Amino acid sequence: MPGLGARLGRGGATTFLQNLAESDCVVVMGSNMAENHPVGFRFVVEARERGGTVVHVDPRFTRTSALADLHLPIRAGSDLVLLGALISAVIERGLFNREYVLHYTNAAALVGDAFQDTDDLHGLFSGYREGERAYDTSSWALAGNRGSGHSQAIDAESYEQRAGETNVEEDPSLTHLRCVFQVLRRHFARYTPESVQRVCGIDPDQFERLLSAITANSTPERTTTFCYSVAWTQHTTGTQMIGACAILQLLLGNIGRPGGGIMALRGHATIQGSTDIPTLFNLLPGYLPMPAADRPHASLANYLADVTTETGWWHHAPAYMVSLLKAYYGERATPNNGFGYGWLPQIEGDYSFQQMTLMMDRGVIQGLFCMGQNPAVGGLNAKLARRGLSRLRWLVVRDAFEIESANFWKDGPEVAEGSLRPEEIPTEVFLLPAALTAEKDGSYTNTQRLIQWHDRAVPPPGEATSEAWFVHRLARLLRERYADDDSPRAAQLQALEWTYPTLPDGEPNLERVLLEINGVHLASGQPVTGFGELRDDGSTACGCWIYSGIMPATDRNRARERAASGRASLGWGYAWPADRRILYNRASARPDGTPWSERKAWIWWDIERGRWIGHDIPDFPSAKPPEYRPGAGATGVTAHRGDAPFLMLADGRAQLFVASALRDGPLPTHYEPWESPVANELYPDQLRNPVARELSDPGNPYQPLQDPRFPHVLTTYRLTEHHTAGGMSRFVPWLAELQPEGFAELDSVLADRVGIDNGGWIAISTPRGEIVTRALVTDRLQPLSIGGRTIHQVGLPWHFGFGGIATGAIANDLTSLVEDPNSLIHEGKAMTCSVRRASFSATRVAMDGTRDWNEGR
Amino acid sequence: MTRSFGHEHPGAMGFLTDATLCIGCKACEVACKQWNELPADGDAALSARSYDNTGDLGATTWRHVAFIERVATDEAPFAWLMLSDVCKHCVHAGCMEACPTGAIVRTEFDSIFIQPDICNGCGYCVPACPFGVPQLDQDDGRVHKCTLCYDRLRGGLQPACATACPTDSILFGPVTELRSIGRSRVESLKERGVQKASLYGDTSLGGTNGIGGLNAMFVLNDEPELFNLPAAPSLPQRTTGPAFLATLLSGACFALLGAAAFRATKRGED
Repeated sequence: MPGLGARLGRGGATTFLQNLAESDCVVVMGSNMAENHPVGFRFVVEARERGGTVVHVDPRFTRTSALADLHLPIRAGSDLVLLGALISAVIERGLFNREYVLHYTNAAALVGDAFQDTDDLHGLFSGYREGERAYDTSSWALAGNRGSGHSQAIDAESYEQRAGETNVEEDPSLTHLRCVFQVLRRHFARYTPESVQRVCGIDPDQFERLLSAITANSTPERTTTFCYSVAWTQHTTGTQMIGACAILQLLLGNIGRPGGGIMALRGHATIQGSTDIPTLFNLLPGYLPMPAADRPHASLANYLADVTTETGWWHHAPAYMVSLLKAYYGERATPNNGFGYGWLPQIEGDYSFQQMTLMMDRGVIQGLFCMGQNPAVGGLNAKLARRGLSRLRWLVVRDAFEIESANFWKDGPEVAEGSLRPEEIPTEVFLLPAALTAEKDGSYTNTQRLIQWHDRAVPPPGEATSEAWFVHRLARLLRERYADDDSPRAAQLQALEWTYPTLPDGEPNLERVLLEINGVHLASGQPVTGFGELRDDGSTACGCWIYSGIMPATDRNRARERAASGRASLGWGYAWPADRRILYNRASARPDGTPWSERKAWIWWDIERGRWIGHDIPDFPSAKPPEYRPGAGATGVTAHRGDAPFLMLADGRAQLFVASALRDGPLPTHYEPWESPVANELYPDQLRNPVARELSDPGNPYQPLQDPRFPHVLTTYRLTEHHTAGGMSRFVPWLAELQPEGFAELDSVLADRVGIDNGGWIAISTPRGEIVTRALVTDRLQPLSIGGRTIHQVGLPWHFGFGGIATGAIANDLTSLVEDPNSLIHEGKAMTCSVRRASFSATRVAMDGTRDWNEGR
Repeated sequence: MTRSFGHEHPGAMGFLTDATLCIGCKACEVACKQWNELPADGDAALSARSYDNTGDLGATTWRHVAFIERVATDEAPFAWLMLSDVCKHCVHAGCMEACPTGAIVRTEFDSIFIQPDICNGCGYCVPACPFGVPQLDQDDGRVHKCTLCYDRLRGGLQPACATACPTDSILFGPVTELRSIGRSRVESLKERGVQKASLYGDTSLGGTNGIGGLNAMFVLNDEPELFNLPAAPSLPQRTTGPAFLATLLSGACFALLGAAAFRATKRGED
């Protein structure tokens, strides 16, 4: 998310799936879209049928590659070199859209004197503090800005507020040595087609084919879309990979235009929703940062001073925060008590999922609710995760089946091998039956920010209930339990406004919850019709400002609507913000407000009516003319010019150079994965991301640098047939039979070397451990020639576990805990491993007896 | 052979399954099993044949997605071909002709339907199908295959597989319409350079001894055999007449020879 957020203003996909059909070129990179987003992939197929070009860049030839015009095999973890070489070629050969770049990005801004690039400092930017393994970002500031340079990179997810600076010096000719455009040009100069060949394993001919497919389809008449997913996010340089894609698409003038942009494909059905109304530790709903003890957040006034920007959309942060507090605490939130701000907890550090694993293992976390998650299989370094679970005092698992996280204490591999004994595990496990989608009301926010409501179709079986029922009941019981307590933590519970009405079956009325999310005028009780009506004086309450407008009247839930019309599919569900389908769509018109071309017209300025009109809801003040220029002292978006499409950011322009919002640099830089078989060809002195978060623990060892014991690249992935850690697929006979058993894919050269036949048993090891699984030997994987060496890549689906019908060794027993410094996401897509033929005894452990297919039917 | 069901004949309905649009997601397999309440099968182990763990059509598997990893040659690069196979609902259906009990009927949708309450499990239809579609269910002793979702069609719905297909690789509709879609699709594929594109199941399939076309057709981008489809399918029973005559003739010859030999022996004794 910070990959897009820091540069464009919002972390969400800039476009929507249906619009992929209008693309002239779709580049799927960092994603196996056909397998993991098959329904959305229909629009990629449609684009191809309309004559568009589809390119897939991936270590493996997958079902996505099968439908693509061109597949480029790449070494896992080297994507940034390829993107950098595309950026460099687009600049050096003059293939960029100068008008777009000049007006819509900060290309002309001058970077301050103090800034030093990775070229000068052997792979580091200026401001690196060795001891802390962190950057002081003050030297990255743009020249002439107000000097509000933040000396520290801010909390990972609140990047939007910080990115973009105003009142900077500019050079519209783009020739000044310190202007962003020239800095960018020099930074990427070493990313050449030859380096792509040496680092990624893609030869120059293939590179040229890719480049010409993209550039020929990035013109006023034509547009290119990039689709990425977790195969970009799950790297120690994931944020910067995505940032490099954003830079490329900005240079080509593709963002905000139909058939263009960046389609961020979210892994699950409502992963987008779970960051909008977050399950993340460092965010409040609507991307307001969580109050933090190490920030100036002591009071509401301090907090608002920190998160509110003078210009750009976050000028409105006080209205959103106060309305959120009113939604949380109701009448108890008053101006006198900072609207109850003091009841919010403040975070003291990194509580990401990876850190939680260590905290469970070390006894810091003693109880865990596991809802829609299966850490015994899906947790990184899953062996450590299971040990963590086995050290809890209590564990509540709510699922439809007895998943591994609920039975690790009796059926897990550690119990089988004798290293864990059930009678010695103190964890009390509560397995509670959960209702599935069709058995409950609710909504999904899908990958394109689209919220769709669903009604219960059948009642859940037995005692199964929805998560909403469980949380609602738990909250009420906890409030009862702490009713007479006068401790601060009890005060937090007592202060909550918790008055959701329930339906006859005891389930809470979720449309009433949606109304709270939408927001209401407290005096009249009427819903607000959009976030523009929210106020910072306590007269409105709103659970998530970006969703405002979803319920403009108490009897109208727009997420229910299914009357799609036009190219934007307006009328089908509700897309945040304000039902806009393509974000930053002001950029679909030239700076003067006319469409770039008739074919790619989307939103344009209607001179007679004095408004922006078109096929979509304008993501821009609807009456602000293209020639508008702000007066002195203007605030919010009135401080933006009429040709500044990126309205969340302080200057309304996309950030090719990000002055302070990212922890690992203002420009994307290639570092090798935390575990790599090769040196860093581009920056020999800096192998890995210098500020990636290492999680040091004896249970989480890393591979020593280029250890010859682990010569192959290992990448994990998912299959169409299964869902993540398998809780909803491996236990279902119809899905289990389609991929009944765990396996690893390897090329035939490696198979020959190791002496394995297709279908045979192999052992794969990393410093964390070893697993035994079946080998699928295939030509879909090919050895790559990297810097004169032959590198083999091993693909490993991570769905499988010891429970359910479709079983197999747990891939995540091999992965490690290490994080991207911005998103705090682990590195699951590139590491190193060794492969050998498995012995018979190991085979017997892995084979888990016979299975009854239709058990439980 | 069309039997009257007492209401209007809606015309021949069928499938057009396009290998060039299939992403191998197997949603058709699952939707079919779910709607028709078919049990999971297979031996619960990895087949190690690409991503095909289904193997074949069978009594409890009425859609089967084939995965073919076509090796790279000088003419064509590596490709991963996928195709969802199904009962062909033949114009001249071998299974129906072979069925001695009348359990197999042609419906008002011109589809081939096995009536489970009449089928006695004799299995004559099994070798009569040139595609190996109908199979005997060892559990209930009867033969089963795709019904073209007869119950769904009666209810005004499309077959489950076509409904579930995310890329429109499986189209359902009137056969004449599908045939013309298929033909123009093949034309456009050839224009795009897919020289081996063909409409499998067009009326000419199998020549004069063939089955007169399929109501479930396929757009292929390589030789039919690569997809495990016979290039020139024919009905086994078309050969039973000549085979019977040949047997009769050779029997007669042997009888004559025997008689001649016997006579010669007798003459020798004289």
